Amino acid sequence: MRGLGKELRTGAIAAVAITLALGLLYPLVVTGISQVLFPGAANGSKVSFDGRVVGSRLIGQEFKGKAYFHSRPSATEYSGDATFFANVGPNSKEGREDVRENLAAYLKLNKPYDRSLTKADVPVDAVTHSASGVDPQISAANARIQAHRVAAVRGLPPAEVEALIAAATEGRGLGVFGEPGVNVLKLNIALEEAAPLQ
Amino acid sequence: MVQGYVQIAIFFAVVVAVVKPLGIYMAKVFRGERVFLTPVFGPAERGTYRLLGVRPEEEGQDWKRYAKSLVVFSLLFWILLYLILRTQGLDPWNPRGFHAAPWDVTFNTVSSFITNTNWQYYGGEVTLSYFTQMVGLAVQNFVSAAVGIAVLVALIRGLAARSRKSLGNFWQDVVRILLYVLLPIAFVGALVLASQGVIQNLSGYSVIHTLSGGTQILGQGPVASQEAIKLLGTNGGGFFNTNSAFPFENPSGFTNVVEMFLILIVPASLTYTYGRMIGSQRQGWAIFSAMAVLLIAGTVVAFVAEQHGTPAQHLAGLHTQALEGSTGGNMEGKEQRFGIASSALFTAVTTATSTGAVNNAFESLTGIGGAVPFANLGFSEVIFGGVGSGLYSMLLYAILAVFIGGLMVGRTPEYLGKKIGAREIKLVALGVLVTPLTVLLAAGLAAATPAGTRSLAAGFTPQGFSETLYAYLSQANNNGSAWAGYTGFIQPHSPGNAGAYGITFANLLGGLVLVSARFLPILFVLAVAGALAGKKVSPAGLGTMRTDNPTFVFLLLGIVILVGALTFFPAILLGPVVQGLSTRLF
Repeated sequence: MRGLGKELRTGAIAAVAITLALGLLYPLVVTGISQVLFPGAANGSKVSFDGRVVGSRLIGQEFKGKAYFHSRPSATEYSGDATFFANVGPNSKEGREDVRENLAAYLKLNKPYDRSLTKADVPVDAVTHSASGVDPQISAANARIQAHRVAAVRGLPPAEVEALIAAATEGRGLGVFGEPGVNVLKLNIALEEAAPLQ
Repeated sequence: MVQGYVQIAIFFAVVVAVVKPLGIYMAKVFRGERVFLTPVFGPAERGTYRLLGVRPEEEGQDWKRYAKSLVVFSLLFWILLYLILRTQGLDPWNPRGFHAAPWDVTFNTVSSFITNTNWQYYGGEVTLSYFTQMVGLAVQNFVSAAVGIAVLVALIRGLAARSRKSLGNFWQDVVRILLYVLLPIAFVGALVLASQGVIQNLSGYSVIHTLSGGTQILGQGPVASQEAIKLLGTNGGGFFNTNSAFPFENPSGFTNVVEMFLILIVPASLTYTYGRMIGSQRQGWAIFSAMAVLLIAGTVVAFVAEQHGTPAQHLAGLHTQALEGSTGGNMEGKEQRFGIASSALFTAVTTATSTGAVNNAFESLTGIGGAVPFANLGFSEVIFGGVGSGLYSMLLYAILAVFIGGLMVGRTPEYLGKKIGAREIKLVALGVLVTPLTVLLAAGLAAATPAGTRSLAAGFTPQGFSETLYAYLSQANNNGSAWAGYTGFIQPHSPGNAGAYGITFANLLGGLVLVSARFLPILFVLAVAGALAGKKVSPAGLGTMRTDNPTFVFLLLGIVILVGALTFFPAILLGPVVQGLSTRLF
């Protein structure tokens, strides 16, 4: 029969030992192995352009103006160090106004370069907030619409822009899980390489 | 949509394939037998026993002593974690110079992580240092999971025992669960995730000059090692505020399926372990089937509802049907790489189990899609549920089903040959009802008082009611996911988290709900285990009601749905159902 005093002693030793083993040893060993085997991935999958790091392949950025493909709308101004959900409910007036404004802005930006574009063609991802605020991808439909504008502004043949989109498209996991998407940062870097802005 | 159903079907098939091998392996671990990892961890195991001063072979514990060890262990970890969180400013690995969060938020956070919940009023990357995440929270992700599994193992021993008192030794169970189950799987999982882009470093945050000339700061940290156990232990607390939606926690469709796999394998395989330890695999599969039916139903409902889009989107003139190169559907608060199917599946899996990690924003779910998390929590986390806790709660329901079935046909209720007497059924009823009662009391109090409604983002609307109800459902059921508009911590984004303050009412009420809805059921379960352990096993006869056939699965489902629906249907009507049936905006 163990008394309470002995239980407390056992518990205290267990708490300290487990904290050292699982709180320090385990994460530091995982860090060590990851830093040796996959340093790129473990440090944020950074990508470079023109000899300098311009972002992470995994983290979306804000792109403005007509010469770039635009990321999905973000509630966090594309923050990578203070993330939160937009928390727009399914029946909220605010949600309706957000979508209305985003839809109008999207048509205004892209319709001059694609006369046949209507509301019905606009894919949902283009006018709704992503969850993370930094979704690195857009849908293929979204990229295809923006391609008209980007090709015209950069003076590239549409077929070449289509090819760049295909090269920046990331498939499903194991070919099955999730959805394919076009990586916006990769695509814009490829654009800068193909037809730099003056 | 067909491709979406294919994803869902393949995922479930893979999980089912793991149930038997992992179930057998865990049964060996719980019985103290030799396993293939014994040569690796055996010395550490024996060394730990010596360090703790326990001799497991000689020290079987009856239910009271088992419970005493568990309470002492959890209480000491509560105190240790509180100290770690409150001394954050003095601890190392704090590149952003974060101060400690206030006492009330810390009370809530500590209670949340001790109870395997990981409800978070704070945003990780704007509140916590790497030291706190690693040495404080990630350790609890292991420990609270091990405690849940230990309670299950004690209950199974009670069911399987033939007239004896011992339920095993708590310290031995915890050590073996940590060393042979949680640590090895988490270790492999962490490396798989890190290889795919989940970050794992101790560097400061990266300041990036973006392609188009802006500035972006990227949070860093030891994420992969915490991510793996966050899912494997059905904990769910994100390193980053947006949890598994943030690409550094969940970068691709592949990692997403790995994460869901980590969530489900232990709770699903424990049903097989259960069958093995009581000597009848059919009993294990019966419980598994009841759980699987509810999980698949929830997944399909969420998928169809989210594919439909929301009233706000339709009224704004947006077309939400699929186009070539777009899934369509309600993409508000979802990520392109997951789309509708993998978001709906994750939602169902994380709320059916008591994980609460999210890869999309629950507050932005459609009304009916959002009713799925509500229903999963309303069923008291028995659809696979938390590691250990899901199955021990489901076994209480099984005993209740036997009792009610026995009353209907006029037979003495028996489960696995053990007669269910008045004492057992009282304890079972208390164990089943304490969580829903806590939810209704706390949510009622929070919805009806000005101190409670301070936490609302959506005001006095059906959405605001959903926020409140879900907050206490989630904390009481130790899930931890949120309608994230509900807050208990105001954090202006300034250096060192300066100027942040807690909403004391939400923090304290939540903390009390967390602790009582975790530990009271645990005590009732252990008491049931103790009562059953001492009983003789009577041989099954013609008069015995079978508990391993489809009739029983159907009866069990009926009881689970009945208790959940009777308790929560009126409340759920006021929130998500109103939103799902109405095209009005609020």
